[in-house]
Amino acid sequence: MFKHGLSGTAPARGVVPSFFRRQFYDGWRLATLVIALLVIIPLTVVMVSWFQPAPDIWRHLSETQLGGLLRNTFWLVVGVACGTLLLGVSLAWLTAICEFPGRAIFSWALLLPLAMPAYVLAFVSLGLFDYAGPVQGLLRDWFGSSRWFPDIRSTGGVIAILTLALYPYVYLLSRNAFATQGKRMPEAAESLGCSPWRAFFLVILPMARPWVAGGTLLVIMEALADFGAVSIFNFDTFTTAIYKAWFGFFSLPAAAQLASCLVLLVFIILLVEQRLRSRMRFTEGRQSAAGERILLQGWLRWGACGYAFAVLTVAFLLPLMQLCYWSLGAFQKEFTSRYLDLVGHTVLLAGSAAFLTCCCAILLAYTSRRHPDAATRFLVRIANLGYALPGTVLAVGIFIPVALLDNILIDFCRNLLGFEVGQLLQGTLLIMLLAYLVRFLAAGFKAVDGAMHRVTPSIDEAARLAGYRGLHLLAKIHLPMLRGGLLTAFTLVFVDVMKEMPITLMTRPFGWDTLAVKIFELTSEGEWERASLPALTLLLTGLVPIIILMRKSEE
Amino acid sequence: MKAVSSVVLLAAIGITCIFTAPAFADELVVYSARKEHLIQPLFEAYTKQTGVEIKYITDKAGPLLQRLKAEGKNTPADLLITVDAGNLWHAASEGLLQPVDSEILQENVPANLRDDQNRWFGLSLRARTIVYSTERVQPEQLSTYAALGHDVWKGRLVLRTSQKVYNQSLVAMMIAEYGEEKTERIVRSWVDNLATAPFSNDTRTMEAIVAGQGDVGIVNTYYYGRLLRENPDLKLALFWPNQEQADSGVHVNVSGAGVTRYATNSEAAIRFLEWLSSEKAQNLFADANLEYPVNPRVAPNPEVAAWGTFTPSPFNLIQAGERQGQAIRLMDRAGYR
Repeated sequence: MFKHGLSGTAPARGVVPSFFRRQFYDGWRLATLVIALLVIIPLTVVMVSWFQPAPDIWRHLSETQLGGLLRNTFWLVVGVACGTLLLGVSLAWLTAICEFPGRAIFSWALLLPLAMPAYVLAFVSLGLFDYAGPVQGLLRDWFGSSRWFPDIRSTGGVIAILTLALYPYVYLLSRNAFATQGKRMPEAAESLGCSPWRAFFLVILPMARPWVAGGTLLVIMEALADFGAVSIFNFDTFTTAIYKAWFGFFSLPAAAQLASCLVLLVFIILLVEQRLRSRMRFTEGRQSAAGERILLQGWLRWGACGYAFAVLTVAFLLPLMQLCYWSLGAFQKEFTSRYLDLVGHTVLLAGSAAFLTCCCAILLAYTSRRHPDAATRFLVRIANLGYALPGTVLAVGIFIPVALLDNILIDFCRNLLGFEVGQLLQGTLLIMLLAYLVRFLAAGFKAVDGAMHRVTPSIDEAARLAGYRGLHLLAKIHLPMLRGGLLTAFTLVFVDVMKEMPITLMTRPFGWDTLAVKIFELTSEGEWERASLPALTLLLTGLVPIIILMRKSEE
Repeated sequence: MKAVSSVVLLAAIGITCIFTAPAFADELVVYSARKEHLIQPLFEAYTKQTGVEIKYITDKAGPLLQRLKAEGKNTPADLLITVDAGNLWHAASEGLLQPVDSEILQENVPANLRDDQNRWFGLSLRARTIVYSTERVQPEQLSTYAALGHDVWKGRLVLRTSQKVYNQSLVAMMIAEYGEEKTERIVRSWVDNLATAPFSNDTRTMEAIVAGQGDVGIVNTYYYGRLLRENPDLKLALFWPNQEQADSGVHVNVSGAGVTRYATNSEAAIRFLEWLSSEKAQNLFADANLEYPVNPRVAPNPEVAAWGTFTPSPFNLIQAGERQGQAIRLMDRAGYR
């Protein structure tokens, strides 16, 4: 990987000692440390739970369910990772490199499922394809029995649903990679006698690795932390055990201990991935000009078209139609002027959280470019861990220290300054935004960091010779080149925040309800038909940034 | 670098400077796990009647309790509303609620539907009962919850997941009634009779029975009511089990409320609680979700009354909380997912 300055060439020292050296901290590393601290605080709250052992719950779990949970979780993660890789990379390659009927439309339409929350897709699919649903009902009318129909409430079913809900992460990031990697390398490979297919596996795919891996990592973290979709399937995973420990056994410590195992697992995955691709370089070649696409011939043309259409249909069009149908019935009962407020809150929160997250993501990406040493990389990795925690656990991890600080402030005002104040931090949007930042930084970072890798080190050197340094270099040289990655990061975080429930529920100020809150309220009472209206509104609102993103990246 | 951090900081603060004001005297702050669309009409009616403004936050019970705990004596909340006696019991045993000495509440809420130290009060009653297919089952075939484990129901029983607190409370109350050993035998016999893996909600359970995947199930009555509203020709009916046995009855649960330990406005909170249990408000509270009023002087909504009358289980709901953990362990052992 690219090296710069003294820090890169200095002999490797222990990671931990460097944190205590004063000269370690220039402004960039200090800022990175602050961001990492934001994540470390809730993680510490989670880890502290180990001081309150809950042996009876652990014993109970290990005697009854743990084996099954681990097996389920393992297959879920492996299945969803493979599924999203397959779907995401193949679709990205088809739409970025090839030419087939409808490609221009599919290239943005295939991103639309990003706005579809996994729990909505899960609920709608279950409604359609389970025994009591219309599909099997029709089959029974025709053939008398539908017992041979695959049971959707199974491991395979859950994997399929999460794959369809999460593949856009891989698709979006790898498409970015394919579209920006230029033609020189694959052309060189072909001139050396590689078939286009071999060139894909030997050259194109390896060159897209940070993006593909980044997208898959996001998917793995989402799948590990997912509660909504798996609980609709009544599929027991590690996350459902966390919820059971908390809401069933009323033991937050046991829940936090289980959650810390998840964090550890993700940390290891991050570490391994980073090891595997260290010392690789992924800089940008010349942009490919239009019209250089591979023209698919014969049945391949229509095969590609049919494949893209099939994915789009199951992941987006079908659930969309179902939501529209339900909304028609719910519209009169549900629609009030409050909906505008809900949309307003949702957009404002998602927008500011996405902006804040992008700023921090640039900072992290640039710092790890400037200082590619182990200690800095460690900090950056820590800062990315918030994505791995189940939302509710993270929400509590954030809430407890904030409440503590608030109580200290209130007591301070009361006892020393002699006047009464309400809560100063809690129920402010600042806390809410910081919580979103902690949760979604990984999503923003993966996109920005990927784009940062495309900037050749020689550009930095040239810029530096021309007198650009530090912030100037970042603003004048890097930022314009990062535009695509930033837009991707913004969209990912925007849509993720819109769909987010637990943190929103726990940290919102009075009256700051969002569309996701409304969906939560209705669905937790089982009123899915009525929830279709806020769900549809959420979906449509989420489509706006996605469509903007796609139009920009097509330019 | 300083510039970057200050820009980031300013941007963050710039968009976010909204602070919550401290509570006013005639303002009540409610934390509620009962959902907005079920409680907001009551808040509105109360404000109209008394001028007391009500501010509220909704969330799941678990996070709300954690929130109260973390906020400690500086909590803005005066009243906690939540569903399921287990949650209420837990809030009380964590010391988050204060005892309320009110004759009106004592009179309006039956003793088995409130805390023995008056820290929480049930406000609406939810019955969890047997539902059956009118096409394939005669009501004479049904008798008790336990009898659903008999061999006649092999491959015909449909249940909701044991993750749901309603089933946890049901089993907890069965443990109170039958003891752990017998309850475990019953739950195991249910699992043996399952037609398909447990569903994630009651509506799905009933739809599966309509579609013929199974013939009997256990559900909360208001889900049945909702389905019946959508389809008046529903081929399902409710059955009230455990009516013949002495000291037994239909499993009931409550949604209820308690005044928080550190309420700034406990007087106002108690008055609101009294109003909620009054004849005026009880129908509003229960009917919003087709539940039963707790106040014995208030008749249920005609739509609900049409399902017939029943004797509820006389056991105190405190048991549902105390034995919840035990119930979950039991269901896990029995392989009830």
